[in-house]
Order: sequence, then C-alpha cells, then structure tokens
Amino acid sequence: MTRRTVPRTDGHQLRRVVVVGNGMAGARAVEELCLRDPDVLVTVFGAEDRPAYNRVLLSDVLAGKRRHDEIALTAAPGRVVQRLGVAVVSVDRRTRTVTSSDGATTPYDALVLATGSTALVPPVQGIAGPDGRLLEGVHVFRTLDDCSAITAAAGSAKRAVVVGGGLLGLEAARGLLRHGLSVEVVHGAGHLMETQLDPTGGAVLRRAVEALGVGVHLGSFAAGVTGGRRVTGVRLADGRQVEADLVVLACGIRPQVHLARAAGLAVERAVLVDDLLRTDDPHVYAIGECAQHRGTVYGLVAPAWEQAAVLADLLTGRAAAYGGSKTITRLKAMDLELAAMGDTTPELADCRDDVEVLVFADPVRHVYKKVVVTAGVVTGAILLGDLSTAGPLTQAFDRATPLPAERLHLMFSGLGTATEVDPATLADDAVVCTCNQVSAGAVRSCSARTVAEVALATRATTGCGGCRSLVEGLLCPTPALERRTA
Amino acid sequence: MAVPPTAASPVLATVPTCTAVSTHCPYCALQCSMTLTPAGGTAVVEAGEGGLCRKGWTSAALLDSPRRLTSPLVRDGRHGALREASWDEALDRAAAGFRAAQATGGPDGVGVFGGGGLTNEKAYLLGKLARVALRTSQIDYNGRFCMSSAAAGAMKAFGLDRGLPFPLADIAGAGAVLLVGSNLAETMPPVVQHLTRQKENGGALVVVDPRRTPTAAAATLHLQVQPGTDLALANGLLFLAIEQGLVDEQFVAARTTGWDDVRRAVASSWPAEVERATGVSEPDLREAVRLLASADRAMVLTARGAEQHAHGVDTVSAFVNLALALGLPGRPGSGWGCLTGQGNGQGGREHGQKADQLPGYRKLDDPAARAHVAAVWGVDPDSLPQPGRSAYELLDALGDGGGPTALLLMGSNPVVSAPRAGHVQKRLASLDCLVVADVVLSETAAMADVVLPVAQWAEEDGTTTDLQGRVLLRRRALSPPAGVRTDLDVLAGIAERMGCATGFPVEPEAAFDELRRASAGGAADYAGISYDRLLAGEALHWPCPAPGPDGAPHPGTPRLFLERFAHPDGRARFVAVRQPQQAEPVDEAFPLLLTTGRVAAQYQSGAQTRRIGALTETSPSAFVELHPFLATRLEVADGERVRVSTRRGEAFLRARVVDTIRPDTVFVPFHWAGRQRANLLTSDALDPTSRMPAFKVCAARIDRVAEAVR
Repeated sequence: MTRRTVPRTDGHQLRRVVVVGNGMAGARAVEELCLRDPDVLVTVFGAEDRPAYNRVLLSDVLAGKRRHDEIALTAAPGRVVQRLGVAVVSVDRRTRTVTSSDGATTPYDALVLATGSTALVPPVQGIAGPDGRLLEGVHVFRTLDDCSAITAAAGSAKRAVVVGGGLLGLEAARGLLRHGLSVEVVHGAGHLMETQLDPTGGAVLRRAVEALGVGVHLGSFAAGVTGGRRVTGVRLADGRQVEADLVVLACGIRPQVHLARAAGLAVERAVLVDDLLRTDDPHVYAIGECAQHRGTVYGLVAPAWEQAAVLADLLTGRAAAYGGSKTITRLKAMDLELAAMGDTTPELADCRDDVEVLVFADPVRHVYKKVVVTAGVVTGAILLGDLSTAGPLTQAFDRATPLPAERLHLMFSGLGTATEVDPATLADDAVVCTCNQVSAGAVRSCSARTVAEVALATRATTGCGGCRSLVEGLLCPTPALERRTA
Repeated sequence: MAVPPTAASPVLATVPTCTAVSTHCPYCALQCSMTLTPAGGTAVVEAGEGGLCRKGWTSAALLDSPRRLTSPLVRDGRHGALREASWDEALDRAAAGFRAAQATGGPDGVGVFGGGGLTNEKAYLLGKLARVALRTSQIDYNGRFCMSSAAAGAMKAFGLDRGLPFPLADIAGAGAVLLVGSNLAETMPPVVQHLTRQKENGGALVVVDPRRTPTAAAATLHLQVQPGTDLALANGLLFLAIEQGLVDEQFVAARTTGWDDVRRAVASSWPAEVERATGVSEPDLREAVRLLASADRAMVLTARGAEQHAHGVDTVSAFVNLALALGLPGRPGSGWGCLTGQGNGQGGREHGQKADQLPGYRKLDDPAARAHVAAVWGVDPDSLPQPGRSAYELLDALGDGGGPTALLLMGSNPVVSAPRAGHVQKRLASLDCLVVADVVLSETAAMADVVLPVAQWAEEDGTTTDLQGRVLLRRRALSPPAGVRTDLDVLAGIAERMGCATGFPVEPEAAFDELRRASAGGAADYAGISYDRLLAGEALHWPCPAPGPDGAPHPGTPRLFLERFAHPDGRARFVAVRQPQQAEPVDEAFPLLLTTGRVAAQYQSGAQTRRIGALTETSPSAFVELHPFLATRLEVADGERVRVSTRRGEAFLRARVVDTIRPDTVFVPFHWAGRQRANLLTSDALDPTSRMPAFKVCAARIDRVAEAVR
C-alpha cells in the first residue's frame, strides 16, 4: 500500500466521530484517531459486551496457548465514549444521527462503519432447528463466545468435524487436536486453502495436516448434519457418513451490511467505498471486512489496519488515500508453517519471459515453495514447511522491490554466506586483525614464531583478541587434507 | 587574571614528568587503560591489560603533529582570513563578541555547545559558565546526538540513567546477549574479549543490524533488520515470549508496573506483521527468543543503531520491556544496558552541559536541585536560567535562525557530525561571533572568528566516566606545546572577562572537588570519589556518596537496581510503545534506505583520526556500501564514484559493493568532511522526547556520475 500524509489545505476537521463496531478495524480506527488528535470526540459502539479483543489470536485461545484474558487489545483512552453491548440499529443520514439498541440517539460529523462480518452458515440439511438455532454440538468460530463454547464442548466430545479447509478451518482443526479429539476436515474444493494455494501446494499441505493426525476429505461438500437433539455426524454429498459429536463450521464470512443497506448506502458484496474510504454519503465511511474497495472485500486484519490509519489521517485533517492492500496469509499453528501471498496460480507451464515460476517441492518432508515473479517483481509466493526466507520475501512482495538475479535466494536462506575461514587460503591482503588492520601477508612476513612475537611486530591480537586462532593458523598452516582426516 | 600573551598558563608551565604515566585512551567510552612514556614532543603508547585498538595505539601521533594548533587565531571582519593572535587578544575578542550578542539579544544571545569527549571537570565548568557567567539557557552538547534516547528510555523505565547498570565483565557470564544496533567489533574492538569469553563459556550472541558487520558475523544468530524497525522487532520478540509462556510472571508482579498495557500493545505484533515490517523471518525470531529465555543470565544491550531515530526513545522502551518481561534487569549478571559511544559520553551527560540539566544528573526545572547547585555556586537560585534548546534545535536557531548570534563551541565538530550538516553549516556561517576551542583546525574551527588552541588528553589531568559508570582518572604525561592552554584555562579566561573572576578553577582536581559537592545527593553522586582514591586504583562506579556517619568511604555501586529501581515506588516501569510509520518513507524519487555509522580506523567527525597517517592509510576516504543485487540494477561497479542524494543534499562517494548489507539499504560512514559528508544527507527529524535526530534512516537514491574515480 502506498500513501502519503501531508496537511490538508482546507484545515477542516470533523469533531464528532461515531464508530460502529469495536472489532479489529473499529478499535484500531479509534486508537489511530486518538494518537493523531487529542481533541477529537469519539464514540464507539460494540455489539459484544466486552472491551475490544484480538480476533486473530482466537486460534491460540482454542489451542490453549493463551488465556481468554490475554488477547485484549490496547484499551481506548478514557475520553473515548465506549458503548459496549450496545448495537446501532439505524442511521439517519439526514439528521446525521445513529439510534442504538438502548434507544439513545447519537449525532455524528463522521460515521465509520466497521461492522465486520458474521460467520457463514452453509445451507446444510439439519444444521439448524426451526428456530434457526444451530443444532447442539454445531458451532461457528468467529467470536470469543464461540471460542468459549467450542472449548467447553471439546471437553466432553470425542470426534470433531471441521467443515471448511481454509485458513480458519485448519487453525480450528489444529486447536481441537490439542484437546485430544479425533479431527476430520471436510472441504468442498479439490485442495486445501484453494484461495491461497495452488493444487500442488494444497497437496503437500494435506500431507502435513494428515501427518498431524487430522483426517481430510476433499471435494466433499457437507450435505447434511445428522442427529436429533444433538449432532451425531455429517453426511457428505457423495453419500459418505462421518461420525462427529462436535462440528465446527469454518465456511467463510459474510460482511455485515444490513445497517448500511437500511440506510440506503450503496452495497454490493459489502459497502462500497472510494479511495478516501467514503461510502456514497460523504459523511459515512466504511473500513474492514464490511467495506468493498475497488471490487475487493478483504478478510484479513492487515488491510483493515491500513484502512484505519488512512481514515484517521483523513478525519484529522491530513491528506491521505487508500490504494488497496497486498494480502499475505499466514497459518498460525506452530507445527504448520505456511505463508502465502498474492496470486500463486501460475504454473510452470505458464512460464514466459515476463512470468517466472519457481518451484521447489519435497512432499515427504512437507516442504513446498513457490515464487511467481512477474516483470521482475514478486507477485505471488508460497512457503510451506520452511519460513526461513519469509521476511525478505514478504518485503519483496509487499514493496515490489528489485530482486536478486539469482532467484534461488528468494527460496533458500544461507546461500553463499561465509563459512569458516581456512588461514592457509587467505589472500595476503586479507585483513586478519580488524582492530589493528593487520593483513595476513603482514603476519606471514613478520618472521614471528609465536603469537606473542606477532603481537610485538604487528599489534595483531592486541585489540579484541578475536583473531588469535587465525594468527596461529598463519604461523603453522595446517594442510586442509590433514585436517579433514583428523 | 593577567596572562602573558602566547605563553602557556602558569599551571601548565610546571615541569613535565619524564616517567611512564598510567592513563586512559582519548577515544571511545571503553576508556582502555594505557601507559604513556614521554619521548620528545610525543609519547610512547603501551596497552594496559584490556588491550587497545588501532586508534588507541596511534593516539600519540597527534601530540606532535604539525597540524596541531599552537596559537590562537582570529578573523578580522566577516570575510578576512584567520591570523595568529595573542591569547589576550583572542579571549578579549571572544568576550566582546559575547557581550555584543547579549546587548542585542539578551542573555540568550549567546549559545554554548559542548561535547561528550570533554572530561567531567570541563563539562561541569562549561555548564557553570553558561548558567553563571553567561547566564544563558542556550547550552547543549553533541551527546544529544549519541546518548539521549537511551538516557530518556532508561529514565522512564528505571528512574535512573547509567549506560551499563552493571560492570562490563558481567558479559562473560551471560548465557545469552541480544546486541541491538552495535558494531562493537569495529567501533570499540577491545570489548570483544568479553564476548569471546562469553562464547567460550557456551553463551549465545544475537546481533540485530541491517549489515552483517564483523560483530554480526561472529554472532550465533544475526537478525538483518530493516533500518528503523527495531521497535517492531522488539515487540515481536515479546509477543513470542508471551506466546511461549516465557514471561517471568513473578518478577513482573514483584518488581514492575505497567505490564498489562504492554502485553496488550504487543498482542498485535505477531510474526507475520513483524516479518513484514522488519524483514526478519519467523524462525529467526523464534530462535532469538529461545536463546534469550533459555539462558540463566541474559542481557539486552542497545546502541546507536536502535537509538538514533525519530522514535529512538520508544525503541529503547521496547527492548527494556522485553528485558523486564524476561526478568533480567536488577538481577546479578543480567539486565538491559546501552553501550555509550563517546569517551566521556556517560559523565558528559551528568554534570550540566545538557540543556535541561544541573550537575549530579539533576533537573534544571527542579527547585530543590536549583537551590542545591546555586548554593555550591554561591548564586541566587532564581538567577539560574531555565532549560533551553536541544542540540539540533540550538544549531538550527543560530544566527539567522532567530536564536543566539554568538556561540562558544568546545569539543565538537558539528559541520561534520550534525544532521542536515549543510543547513547547520549555513546557520553557523550566519553567526556574528563563533568561538571554537579545539586541538586542530576542524571543519567547524575553520569557520570561526576566534580559534583557541587547547591541550590534549595526555597533557592534562581529568576524569571521565566510562560506559559502565566507573569514574577514571586520566593523567598528565607531558606538557602541551607552547602557546596551547587547557580547556579549563579557556573557561576561566572567558568567565573572568564576563565578570566572574572567581569560581572557575584551572586545576582539574579543584574543579573535580567542586563537582563532587555540586553532585552530592544527586542521582549521579560523585561526592565520595576523590583523585586520591582513583590514584590508589579503586574501581569506583557512581553513585558514590560521601562517607556516612561512621566515616567509612563508600565503595561505589558496580551493580544498580539489585534491591530496587530508582522510581519512588522502587519498581521498574513498562512503557507501551508501537512502531510508527517511517518518518521519511521511501518513494520513487528516493527508493533506498540510507543508514550511517562508523569504521574501525576513524573516530566521530574524524577531526583527530583523519590527521593520523596510520589511520588514513587504512581508511582514506568515505564510501557507500551497497549490495550486489542493487549494484547490478544500478549498473554501478565496485570502486566507481557515485552520487548519493536525499531531500537534504548530496554526497559524492566511492561505491563499495558488498553482500553484507540488505539489498534495500545503503550505508555511509560519517567521519569525513566536504562532499563526502554523510550528514549532508541525514534527516533532522527529531525524537519527541530525547530530541535525538534520525541519523540511522532516511530515504535516498544513488546515481552514477560521469566523473572518473578519484
């Protein structure tokens, strides 16, 4: 993402900002606003009756790596009015007010929709009762309450089925495994994480997931959920039946747009926003998973945070614009190392002069690496099983930085770095003692027989002493062959 | 005070010693011990137990250098040339210049700029000169460019700032050391012996640096971080420490406050975010945390690479947070510390040459501190000025900048060492009166209206306080050349001409004894330290208060914080911090990250080391380091002369193509002058708390130039 911050010339600032949603996007927008302007008046509505928390870490909570109370986000400053457990039920754009579930009316100069999304419940036979409530033992995985419910259920369950083999589904599966359950993943697509991975990457990931003890059913839609009062299993579209006393739905998310729609704002898959993150009402903004920018609805936290920073700039009188985000996906399960970014679909067969595809696969060891380079810039990559180049590769993708001619460096670290120096092979002008700038040649030619004599003649070894072994090696060079056989 | 023209002062006229004298090196904050034996106009150097680097070995070469100043110089008229003058004429000119500036600009019409290389006695009396004789608030020093971020970070966390709160030798016993932004193998080589011992004891070393420096190459693990993102790295390491249950909950509960806020703040620093910001891969982050947390004793040490940023204080806080979470500070053999750079970078920041400070690390805006120091000085507390501008802000305000129109400069060479040096040079040129005391005609001295030639370290007594807070006595080994006076003499001469005939001792020991009284009861309490104790070889770390009622001398404090931290509640404070946007993000016009630093054979602005043949042979000129990937793209060959430019200026440098630097980063050492000046390029973005300039990162570009390689 590129953005520039310069003072806005009209100097206009919006004093009263109402933020609807206290999730990753909303809470971040509040934090960024307060950092920039101590005088801005912020009211934030959160439907969940608790301070903002870090949804990204819910997988860690499910896996038992963090306690519930360890994922709180930075508390909003005291001057921010927090309305927790209070939902906004309507927006009156004419009077610029919102009405909340407690009946209160709150005026705004700028309204920020950060309503996020809800978990998608697939239309599967038997999944919900006539009242719309999910069958007992069936859970979505979206909120801290969901997480608590799954954790509680896992205590008495034996067999879990996760519907959905995307990022969240796999993290849920890994978490459930830690509770000692047998876990199976049912996934409709032909390979796991098909949004981020190519088929080969998906196949290697499947081997890695199966090696952990998770059963994987691909190309199989869940057609029905069986059980009377509580769930007993999942019926697949191909007729197979998988037993389960706990079902976790990880089938994707649906942007929460009813508030925007009811207010008459333009909505497609999500609320439409321009590069200034404005809806078609210039006083109403949208960020995060409920916003659709240049045709894209992001389901990751990094874009939401980038949008929050731009929005805070705009609302505090700075010029800024949002040009879209590059998305990097990371599977957060300690024994499943996976980073995926950009478009990874081009195959080896698609290679052209300006589209390079590099692939390394070691399926038995659960390693797969792929880098797609378009016109000299990384446009997609997968690192599975070895993240040792994730840092440089991520930055190369994120910033479109120039790449090494030797593309191997993008996939493997530690290539061509110095190994132990053999004194015998040191050139005469190579510096041995950095403290005193003494060269190998100077040591060789000073006709000294001991390190002490070298020190006297050249001052080598009299600083930090780090070159002592090198100097010893120069005194009586050990033939490389001899050393190898020793 | 009547001083015969061009003669050395009475104090210096005493007969020089002819025997070997134990003293300390004139350069960095290690202050290695050395023995000087006078020989002709110079001295023979022998290393003490700790060894010496090349700079120390060759330090005596400047004593009898023909490039030394041996007569005061004055300039007649703005555009005249410098000519020799008597001491009386030069000091009279300086005093007249100061009086004229104050006649129009009030007391603040005169500024004072000091240095972290000045002894404690000089730093103390320079501060006193400003506050008592000149009565100006406009004093600061170049240590602002070195230690201010670490100092502010330490004050926030511990309530006290001493670079290393433990002896250097503790390093050898540490199971793991995290070293952030220090290339000590080149900048203070003798310290490596402690790391060598640490390695021999099975310890691990993790180095954070954008370059694979000799220090990084010797490390167990090198994290090749993007310049300016160390804060994100520290938060990321803390995230992983929390994730893996490595936080020392007992320590956190018993000895700290603020943990909850920090834990929340770092909850958004998961590895993928940190990788994106820093370029350091997750497996390396995990390994670093594992090494640190699995050691019995561990240390986190920061240096300029982490601190010289517009968010330097917050970066220090982030690493202190990590150390606190792991339960390191205040435990024997463990802790957080910073590696002070300049020779007296520690003592120089304690005794009142800093804008907001009085001796003993007292605060100038604290009424009790003002009362104490005013009593020692025999002045009315209300007559002491309030805090003035910070170093860069002071330089930027000079002359046509609307601030002081006259400046006294001692122990510094800002034309080379200040950020945005081209601009600073213009400000200096716009002064009505610039007075510089120096050993050689530095680039800044060359611009002066009055140049005062002063003695070198081997020619006078004085104390320094090294990077571990230990006070050391430098001894006089020989007399300065005829025509040269000590800095203390200069200060006394100016004070007298400004109406303070007393109160400015020229004897270092007398100055130190006054400093002891002024510092007594302060954070940096020197009251119990004397020349006699130091001569007897005692290792005294401050605080070292005066003897108690039983009369027994205080043994000094090698290790701080073992019982309590220095905040009133005795606890250390966590400070929640977040990685900010880059102050100057790269863009199409300036697509590279520029970082600056040092080389082994040069020191600071090079005023001394560029005049020593043995050192310039090794390091004759500046260069720009760039990665082969970048060189290939720019079609720049190794050794080719290139233009490096930023929004502030351009420098012409030899390209050095090395695979030890990040491909998105270029490095320029800052010791050289003229068109090779790194600081023509650097940014004057300042840290909001420490007012530290962002020396370590800005946006730059490299272009080929048609001119041939020189």
